[in-house]
Amino acid sequence: MEIILDVTDLHIEFHDHETPEVAVHDFDLMLGKGEIVGIVGESGSGKSMSALAIAGLLNRKTLTKSGRIMFDKHDLLTCDRKTLRSYQGDEISIIFQEPMTSLNPVKRIGWQVEESLRIHHPDIDKKIRKMKAIKMLKDVGLENAADVYNMYPHELSGGMRQRVMIAAAMIGEPKILIADEPTTALDVTVQAQIVDLLKKINREKGTSIIFISHDLSLVNQLCQRVIVMQKGNIVESGKTTDVFTRPRHTYTKKLIAAIPKIDLNGDGDMA
Amino acid sequence: MAKYVIKRNIKDNPYLVAGLVITGLVLLLTIVGVFWTPYEPTAMNASQKLKGISLSHPMGTDNMGRDVLSRVMYGSRITLLIAMGTVFIGATAGTVIGAVTGYFGGMMDEVVMRIIDALFAFPSILLALVIVSVFGTGWVQLLVSLGIAFVPSFARIVRGEVLRCKNMDYVANARLQGVSDLRMIFVHILPNIKGVMASAILIGFNNAVLAEAGLSYLGVGSQPPYASLGKMLSDAQQYMFTNPSYVLCPGIVIVLMVLGFSFLGEGISRWK
Amino acid sequence: MKYTLKKFVSMIVTLVVVSLCVFLAFNVLPGDPAVRMLGLEASPELIAQTREQMGLNDPFLVRYFRWFIAFVQGDFGTSYSYSVPVAGLVANKIPITLTMGLMAFVITVLISIPLGIVTAKYENGILDRIINVSNQIVMAIPPFFSGILITFVFGLILRIFTPGGFVSYTEDMGRFVRYLFFPSLAVALPKISMTVKMLRGSLIDEAAKDYTRTAYSRGNNTNGVLYRHVLKNAMIPVITFLGMALADMVAGSIVIEQVFSIPGISRILLTSISNRDYPVVEAIIMGIAVIVIVVNFLVDVIYRIVDPRIGIE
Repeated sequence: MEIILDVTDLHIEFHDHETPEVAVHDFDLMLGKGEIVGIVGESGSGKSMSALAIAGLLNRKTLTKSGRIMFDKHDLLTCDRKTLRSYQGDEISIIFQEPMTSLNPVKRIGWQVEESLRIHHPDIDKKIRKMKAIKMLKDVGLENAADVYNMYPHELSGGMRQRVMIAAAMIGEPKILIADEPTTALDVTVQAQIVDLLKKINREKGTSIIFISHDLSLVNQLCQRVIVMQKGNIVESGKTTDVFTRPRHTYTKKLIAAIPKIDLNGDGDMA
Repeated sequence: MAKYVIKRNIKDNPYLVAGLVITGLVLLLTIVGVFWTPYEPTAMNASQKLKGISLSHPMGTDNMGRDVLSRVMYGSRITLLIAMGTVFIGATAGTVIGAVTGYFGGMMDEVVMRIIDALFAFPSILLALVIVSVFGTGWVQLLVSLGIAFVPSFARIVRGEVLRCKNMDYVANARLQGVSDLRMIFVHILPNIKGVMASAILIGFNNAVLAEAGLSYLGVGSQPPYASLGKMLSDAQQYMFTNPSYVLCPGIVIVLMVLGFSFLGEGISRWK
Repeated sequence: MKYTLKKFVSMIVTLVVVSLCVFLAFNVLPGDPAVRMLGLEASPELIAQTREQMGLNDPFLVRYFRWFIAFVQGDFGTSYSYSVPVAGLVANKIPITLTMGLMAFVITVLISIPLGIVTAKYENGILDRIINVSNQIVMAIPPFFSGILITFVFGLILRIFTPGGFVSYTEDMGRFVRYLFFPSLAVALPKISMTVKMLRGSLIDEAAKDYTRTAYSRGNNTNGVLYRHVLKNAMIPVITFLGMALADMVAGSIVIEQVFSIPGISRILLTSISNRDYPVVEAIIMGIAVIVIVVNFLVDVIYRIVDPRIGIE
C-alpha cells in the first residue's frame, strides 16, 4: 500500500503555564492511500491535538511542536506557510466536532462549500464552481441541494450542517480527510448516517480518512486500523479487529468495557 | 495570600495604577479646595488680569484677575457634585424602573420599555436640554435634567440583568420558600448584579462629567460668580490666544477627572 | 420583508411615543401657552379669547393630533419671540447641523474601521498599545475642549483654517464643507475611539470562534480569514453602535457649533431655550428625534442584510 502521510515522533508542548505541559508525546502514524485509521481515547488524550497538527491548524505562540509530518515530500511542521496553505483544503481537509459553530453564520452555504475551490483553483469558472458545489451537496445526501446552496447555516439542522462541512471538505477531492469527532454533537441516528457517508466517500473517491472519536463502536464499524491514546501517548495500535478482540493494554480494556451495551430494561436515561 | 495577589496584580496592571494616581490627584485637589484655596475664588484683581503661569498663580489668572487654580479647585467640586448627583438620580430611578419592569414583565414592561428605548436612542445631552428648557437654567435644574437623562441607560442595564437572574435556580428556590416579590428583587436579585452596576456607574460618572461640562459650556448650568469647569472653559475660550493657560488648565482637569475614572474602570475589568 | 415591516411599524410607534412626550413636555407641563404668549398682565378676557382661538380648550388628544398633523405638514407653529413661522427660522439652519453630523459620521467610519482592524490584527503589539492608551485619553476629552484645542492649533497657530470664517452652503459648497471639516473632527474624535475599542474587542472575540479555524483549514491566509470571514461577523455589534453614534453626533454638533461660531441650529436653540420660545425648541427637538428614529430604522434594515439570523426566532 502506498503511504501518503508519515508522522513520526510528533511532540506537542504547551507553555501557557509555568511548567510546560506535554499534550502529545512521540506520536507516530502511517496512513496508506484509501485507508481509514481511527484514533480513540478520552478527552485530553491528545487525539484532537495530533489531528489539528496534521491539518496545520496548531499555530499558537504558546505551543511548540517537534517531529515530522511528511506529506507529498514536505514536512508540514517545517515547510513555509505558503506550501502548507496550498495543501490545506485542497489535499488535506478537516471536519470538526461542532457543526453548529464551525460554519460561518453570516455566509451562505454555497459560498462556504466553494471556498476551497475559490482559493486553490481560482481559474475555475463561477458557473462550474456552483455546479460542482451543488453536486457535492447532493453527494453528501442533501436532497434539495440547489436550495441549500442559497441558505444560511442557522436554517439547517446539526446533521445537515455536518454534511455541509463534509461537502466543503471534499470539494477539492483531497487525499486525506481528517474527521475530528464528527459525530459527537449529533443524535445517534444521525451519527450512523454520517459514518455511512464517510464510508461511501472512502469507497468511491479513495480518500484516506483519519477518524477521531471516543466512541469505540463507531471506530469498529469504520476503521481498518486503530490507534489508542492516553494522556498524550499511544498505548496501543494495530488492526481494529485485533485491538478490539484481544486488547493488550489495560486502558484499552477499560475503554472497551465502557462501551454501553444495549440496556433491555430501558431506563431511557441517555445522559 | 490575598495581600500577595493584590500586590502582584497592581504591578501587572498599569491601568489600575494610573487610574488610582490620577483620580487621587484630582480628588486631592478638590478636597483641599473645600478647606483652603490659594486665593478667594471670586476675588478680582484688576492689576493681575490674564497672567500666565507663575509661582504666585500656578495656573495663571483669568480676565478679571481671579486666580485660576482657586477657581479650578472650586469648579471641580461643582463638577464632581453634579456628576455624582446625576449618577445617583439616574442609577436609583433606573434601578427601580429596570428591576420592577424586568421582574414583573407584562403590559407595563412593554409600555415602559418602549418609552425607555425611545429615550435611550435619544442623545442624553439633548434630553437634558429639553428638560432644562422646561425647568429653566441653573445648577439644580441641570442636575435634575442630567439625572433624568441618565435614567434610561441604567434602566436598560438593570432590566437585562434582572431578566437574566430571574430564571436562575436560586431565584426559583427562594420563590418556592415563599419570598415576597419586593424582597426577591431587592434582597435576592439586585445584590447579584453589583459588578455590572459598578462598571455602569463608573461609565455613567464619566458621561455625566462630560455632559455637565458640555451643558455648562452652552451656558445652561452653574451661574456666576462660581463656575463649574465647563463654564470656566466657556468663559475662557475667547482668551485662548492671549492666555492659553486659562483655557488649558480647567480643560486638563476635566480630562484628568474622566481619564482617571476610565483607567480605573479599565484596570478593574483587567483585574482577573 | 416581514421583518422590515415589523421594524417599520415599531418605528411609527416610537415616533408617536416620542412626539407625545415632546407635546406633553412643551404644551402641557410649562403651563398656559396663552398666558405665556400674552404676558401675565393680560386681561382674563383676552386670555380666555386667545385660549379659544388657539384651541386650548379642546381635549388633550384633539390638541395632540392637531399639533401632530400640522407638524407632519411642516407647520411647526409661530415663534413667541420673533412672531414668525418656526419653519422659516430653522429651515436654512438644519442642513448645516445635519451636514456636520454626517461628516463626523463619515470621518468616524473611515478612520475607526481601519484602526480597529490594525489593533486587533496586531493585538498587544506596540501600535495596539499606543492606540489603546490614546483611545482612553481621547474619550476623556470633552468634544468642545478638543474643538477649542483644534481651533488653537490648526486655526491660530498653523492657520489651516480661519476660525469664524464660516461660509454657508448657499454661497460656496466647497468652502462650506472645508470649514466644517475640523468641527466635524472634534465631534467625531471620541466616537472614533469608542468605535476602535469596540471593533477591536469584537474582532478578537470573533477570531476565537470555531468558524475561523474552519476558514484556515480551507487554506485561507490571515487576511483571507480576517476580511472574508471575521470582519462581517465583527461588524454586527459595531453597526448598532454606529447608528446610535450618528444620532449622538448630530446632537454633539450643537455644542461644537458654539466653539466654531457656526450658524447652525445651536444658537437659535439656545436662545429659544433661555427665552422659553417653546415652538422653536419643540420643532428642533422633534426634528432631531425624527432623524434619530429614522436612522435607527435604517440600522435595523442594514442589520438584517449583514446578519441573516436576525428576524428568525
